[in-house]
Amino acid sequence: MRLLHYWRAMWGIIWRELWRFVTQRERFISALVRPLVWLFVFAAGFRAALGLAITPPYETYILYEVYITPGLIGMIQLFNGMQSSLSMVYDREMGSMRILMVCPLPRWFLLLSKLLAGTGVSILQVYVFLAIAWFYDIQAPWQGYLWVLPALLLSGLMLGALGLLLSSFIKQLENFAGVMNFVIFPMFFMSTALYPLWKMKESSTLLYHLAHYNPFSQAVELIRFALYGQFNSQAFIYTFVAFIVFMTAAIIGYNPSKGMMTRKGGA
Amino acid sequence: MNSSAALLVEDLSFSYGGKKALSQVNFKIQPGECTILLGPNGAGKSTLFSLITRLYDTRDGRIELCGFDIKQQTQLALAKLGVVFQQTTLDMDLTVLQNLRYHTALHGMGRKQATQRIQQELERLAMYDRRAEKVRQLNGGHRRRVEIARALLHKPSVLLLDEPTVGLDVPSRLSIVDYVHRLAVEEKLAVLWASHLIDEIYPDDHLIVLDKGQVKANGTVDEVLKVTETPTIKDAFYVLTQGEQA
Repeated sequence: MRLLHYWRAMWGIIWRELWRFVTQRERFISALVRPLVWLFVFAAGFRAALGLAITPPYETYILYEVYITPGLIGMIQLFNGMQSSLSMVYDREMGSMRILMVCPLPRWFLLLSKLLAGTGVSILQVYVFLAIAWFYDIQAPWQGYLWVLPALLLSGLMLGALGLLLSSFIKQLENFAGVMNFVIFPMFFMSTALYPLWKMKESSTLLYHLAHYNPFSQAVELIRFALYGQFNSQAFIYTFVAFIVFMTAAIIGYNPSKGMMTRKGGA
Repeated sequence: MNSSAALLVEDLSFSYGGKKALSQVNFKIQPGECTILLGPNGAGKSTLFSLITRLYDTRDGRIELCGFDIKQQTQLALAKLGVVFQQTTLDMDLTVLQNLRYHTALHGMGRKQATQRIQQELERLAMYDRRAEKVRQLNGGHRRRVEIARALLHKPSVLLLDEPTVGLDVPSRLSIVDYVHRLAVEEKLAVLWASHLIDEIYPDDHLIVLDKGQVKANGTVDEVLKVTETPTIKDAFYVLTQGEQA
């Protein structure tokens, strides 16, 4: 009976998030426009400027658009993870987060459900993006579209947990703009999303190391390999460990006994 | 464990950093009792609500809901609690029904039971016909009614309302005040209603006056008037809070 309660609550949270996303057309479109602009404009312009050697998982020379696609998938999930936490800051300010927090289930479970819901939304966005990219001749092997699903789940959870952690520290919406500048952009640009590691090493060793240890890079590599039917164990372990660390810290952050909640004016 | 009280608050203190928000607060509410928590702004009402709903941690003192300690048996205690927060906590882009279904899911109700309970509560508040409308389309009074219906879906034993009538017109305000008072009697519900509006108090109500984090008075309306030797609640409040506005 208790298990059924957990199941119903989790499904309720996921359903609410998906429904809100689907009905908020502007959010749906803007979530797609961002990576598509990068793909159609930025990547097309950069194609000539950047030469790419053959590196795994690719077995042949590829266009820059093909290289950048997993990075843009990561970008969708990164923005979505941050947007979910933005909505949590908003929810907390507006009070609807309170309704979730006073329901008779453990807080870690509620946060995990919220995280799964956000990840579900990001996966939906990614598949729509991949469908559009397919018509733009960026086509992975068909199995890749299946293999990428578990990779997306893990990367989405990791990036969502990071957003959750940040939201536990943020008291007001206004502070979130800073997080966008100090978290999203550095994470995205200091990663393998736009350029391969070896290319970065040529210009700066420091940048190379930063990008290498950036969890976002590992998530992008996990997605990149999965999309071509390959399993990158290093990226998997790194992303998984990052998820556990972020999630644990977020749960502590939201725990009324230990975290930031009592320090804040609002819950 | 105190089995008779629906809500028990014992020796409760709370500070934000070095600033004391609540100091040695003690009271209990029995089933069927409507208790009005009266206090000026900054008296500690919202802090008290945040502690009862476990949004804040109880460090000094104890809170029990139907005998369950909020800190030790959090989920059992929270299952007994229905809350209407001061700010609206409905999702504006969802319909009334979707909002309520979300709540029943969080409380683990099955579809059949949820449908039945939603119909019962909405009908009691004359809102069943509006169930398919988006919350955004409802006026303030109707939104409040939906929130009250939602707080009652899982049949709680204790209902907390944090200034639920703020910003409502007089007829909406009166109908909500009347409805909640009837609920307390008919459903044997223990109600804790934070307010700063004296006309929301009924003669049979219990009254807790909170000021600067301390309970200044606790008893029936008559008892409070007697202790303060005043003819009206307004005067009593004035005496107890040394002239502060409610």
